Amino acid sequence: MAANEITATRLIPQAPHRRLLHGDLGGRILLGILAAMIVVVPVLNLMVPADSPFHVSTYAVTLMGRYLCFALLALALDLVWGYCGILSLGHGAFFALGGYAMGMYLMRQIGDRGVYGDPVLPDFMVFLGWEKLPWFWYGFDHFWFAALMVLAVPGLLGFVFGWLAFRSRVTGVYLSIISQAMTYALMLAFFRNEMGFGGNNGLTDFKDILGFSISAPGTRVALFMASGLALGASYLICRTIVRSRLGRVVTAVRDAEPRTRSLGYRTDRYKLWVWTVSAMLSGLAGALYVPQVGIINPSEFSPLNSIEAVVWVAVGGRGTLYGAALGGALVNYAQTLLTAWLAELWLFVLGALFVAVTLFFPRGLVGLLRRRGDGS
Amino acid sequence: MSWLETTREVMRRDQVFDLVRPAQSVSAGLDTRHGPILYLEDVTVSFDGFRALDELTLYIDDGELRCIIGPNGAGKSTMMDVITGRTRPDHGAAWFGQRLDLLRMDETEIARAGIGRKFQKPTVFPNHRVVENLELAMAGPRGVWSALGARLTGEGRDRIDSVLEEIGLGEAGHELAGKLSHGQKQWLEIGMLLMQNPRVLLVDEPVAGMTHQEMDRTAELLTRLAGRHSVVVVEHDMEFVRSIARQVTVLHQGAVLAEGSMDEVQSDPRVVEVYLGE
Repeated sequence: MAANEITATRLIPQAPHRRLLHGDLGGRILLGILAAMIVVVPVLNLMVPADSPFHVSTYAVTLMGRYLCFALLALALDLVWGYCGILSLGHGAFFALGGYAMGMYLMRQIGDRGVYGDPVLPDFMVFLGWEKLPWFWYGFDHFWFAALMVLAVPGLLGFVFGWLAFRSRVTGVYLSIISQAMTYALMLAFFRNEMGFGGNNGLTDFKDILGFSISAPGTRVALFMASGLALGASYLICRTIVRSRLGRVVTAVRDAEPRTRSLGYRTDRYKLWVWTVSAMLSGLAGALYVPQVGIINPSEFSPLNSIEAVVWVAVGGRGTLYGAALGGALVNYAQTLLTAWLAELWLFVLGALFVAVTLFFPRGLVGLLRRRGDGS
Repeated sequence: MSWLETTREVMRRDQVFDLVRPAQSVSAGLDTRHGPILYLEDVTVSFDGFRALDELTLYIDDGELRCIIGPNGAGKSTMMDVITGRTRPDHGAAWFGQRLDLLRMDETEIARAGIGRKFQKPTVFPNHRVVENLELAMAGPRGVWSALGARLTGEGRDRIDSVLEEIGLGEAGHELAGKLSHGQKQWLEIGMLLMQNPRVLLVDEPVAGMTHQEMDRTAELLTRLAGRHSVVVVEHDMEFVRSIARQVTVLHQGAVLAEGSMDEVQSDPRVVEVYLGE
């Protein structure tokens, strides 16, 4: 009997939260690559002379920075899809809202250097003949305010949307459809000039961020590093979430929601919590993306973008976090390569990729690698 | 509810306004001084005109092991749905102890107050280990924020250990629940119920699809649990019911047909008729 008790005690994981990355080889590799990139890429760009074969052009740095933003969006999507089973076809909306919040700050930084030279009003408002700044543009001349809004606006939309949807127990394909409708509705709204976000031209012609010229190589490198750090930190946040008891409840909701509810968990609140966190991370990704591409317009809300994000996660490997981040970066890299050769073919390739992943390797690239690892 | 109905509701003189009724709190505790722990009185549930429960009245005593049998469609599952708050009856009363009105509580509150239910089909969390399944079921705070920082205490670990022993899965603690055999999943489910320290265990068809050895172990387990908990078992398998039952209730067409020991019930001509047909 005594011996029995001892074995039983040993079965229970001792202090499961002690080591965050314990047993997470993929996560360690991802963070290792990120750390290396954050150190090496700036050196290769800023210190190595331009004619050296090791020089990384500023264009390439910005491109990589964008991939990191997409990886962050994929990570956020994986948190809700891979772990909570909520297939969102509207995460692009949170990404775009974060981007708009950052874009508004960048617009206000232009000051009187715009075409019309108005010290307060952005060009498009002068063009539309507006007299004064709409109230929702107040505060965006401060970086801290914009940074807050980058998280708060997508978070709030996510919270309201999720509160309505999860409380009414909208799940599965219905939730996917309404999330898609949400981003589509926002796209139509943002296309309208009256909305006050620059209509179909969006926000562009940014000059500087925090006083640094936005096109300077140094700023580009800093933005790239910020994206890398944001991705790394978000990975750790997501990892903390999925390793906690909250993460186990959320996975339980994914596998058997009625059962979780019967255990006394308010599953809608758990879903809402994870959904809102995911929306905020997506907003962060969008905010880092906009200064690197130099424009944000309503097409970022397009449903296609959100669907593409789902494909990234599926290709990378759903429910692994690092796999999703990998997918986000790799698929976009592939897109850059392919668009250079055969621009029209890209959407077919993307579609084929999704079908192939679903049919032949449902666990994505990560699953493929793991199987290799087990086989040898 | 239209404004007219609302007004009428306010004008009713046979009841006080909701707002002056004492708020019901789970912490008020369970009052079983009068014996029964579950009271169902005149409970009627109808779906599209079909009466699944027809003025059902049933009392379950504290610490009792009660088997409920009845042909298909007798209302056994609906009864459990009413007790656990999944289905609202058209009228009738359902009380947990003397103080807790089940009809004014939702599913989650009822589960937290101490009524655990094992579903017909074993639903464990397949991608969690056995110990994690038990940990999720453990009584304790259920809030989102507290779950984020929750750690397994030594006490909790002991509790998981003892339940693992109780349900005979001590060896399988680290396996994924999805890999367990059918019988083991059923026991794990019962273990998950036990983790919630329930006063009442509602067990729906525990031995469906089990081998004879597994059935014997289940019978042993349920008998052991009675006394510390009130156990209500709904089961089709007569042999199994005979092996555990002290008190049997026969349901038929949504109402109690007969109640008593297994022998009494089996010799009741109405029961024989229902089971063997006209």
